[in-house]
Amino acid sequence: MTAVVWVCGVLLTVGAVLAVVRAEKGPSMLDRTIALDIVVTTMIAAVALYAAIERRTDVVPVLVVLSLVGFVGSVTIARFAAVEPEGEGRVRTREEIAAQEAERMDAEDEAEGSRRTGRREGYDEHHGGGAEGEVRG
Amino acid sequence: MTQDQWTTVADVASAVCLLGGAFLAFAAGVGVLRFPDLLARMHAGTKPQVLGLALVLIGLALRLRSGGAVWALVLVAVFQMLTAPVAAHMVGRAGYRTGKVRSDLLVVDELTDDQERAQVRDQGRPDDDDPRD
Repeated sequence: MTAVVWVCGVLLTVGAVLAVVRAEKGPSMLDRTIALDIVVTTMIAAVALYAAIERRTDVVPVLVVLSLVGFVGSVTIARFAAVEPEGEGRVRTREEIAAQEAERMDAEDEAEGSRRTGRREGYDEHHGGGAEGEVRG
Repeated sequence: MTQDQWTTVADVASAVCLLGGAFLAFAAGVGVLRFPDLLARMHAGTKPQVLGLALVLIGLALRLRSGGAVWALVLVAVFQMLTAPVAAHMVGRAGYRTGKVRSDLLVVDELTDDQERAQVRDQGRPDDDDPRD
């Protein structure tokens, strides 16, 4: 059993260190998320290994908590790394909201008018217009 | 067989499972360091998340051999199997939308084709420089 524990410990340690190296190198936030996910999984395995060596049942709740934390972490980072249209990442002021609302009403009136007169210039607006926003790393 | 022999069998099986799980964690470390792009690294990272964790937990359960703790381990495994696909889906989606997927490494890329077709259908023109809808 001692040899098994040593081999497992070395494998887990080397795996975690390689994942940390990837987390350091990046290049993007999502690569780091994946690498840190692997570190968390390796930690779960290490705690389980410890529980197996010592035959301790009281560390089993730690495994539950660690698997929860890993999930929340990676989902949160993925949400923040996803594409966000320009200006949507902050709280808008009252004036900005009023201005945007007025703009939207004008555009709707315009579309309505052009539909009545049979013009086709405002065609794109039926599909929400062209793509907006920027791609952020 | 006697009780002692059964204990030995369970310990050996537990050792084999623990070794397998640890090897998968090691393989994930190597893969995530050496693979070229985000999707390939995600592929390497999922090995210890499901199979590796399941092996380690089976190994631990064979070693603990007590009712309550084993049910908690089943809970961990089920929870990991439910959440790992969700997290992977969100990371992959964010990666695709921010352009971190290298299309020259993909054998099949149905999503880009579909998006181009949808854009042609909606706007009457393809829009090459924008990977999103």
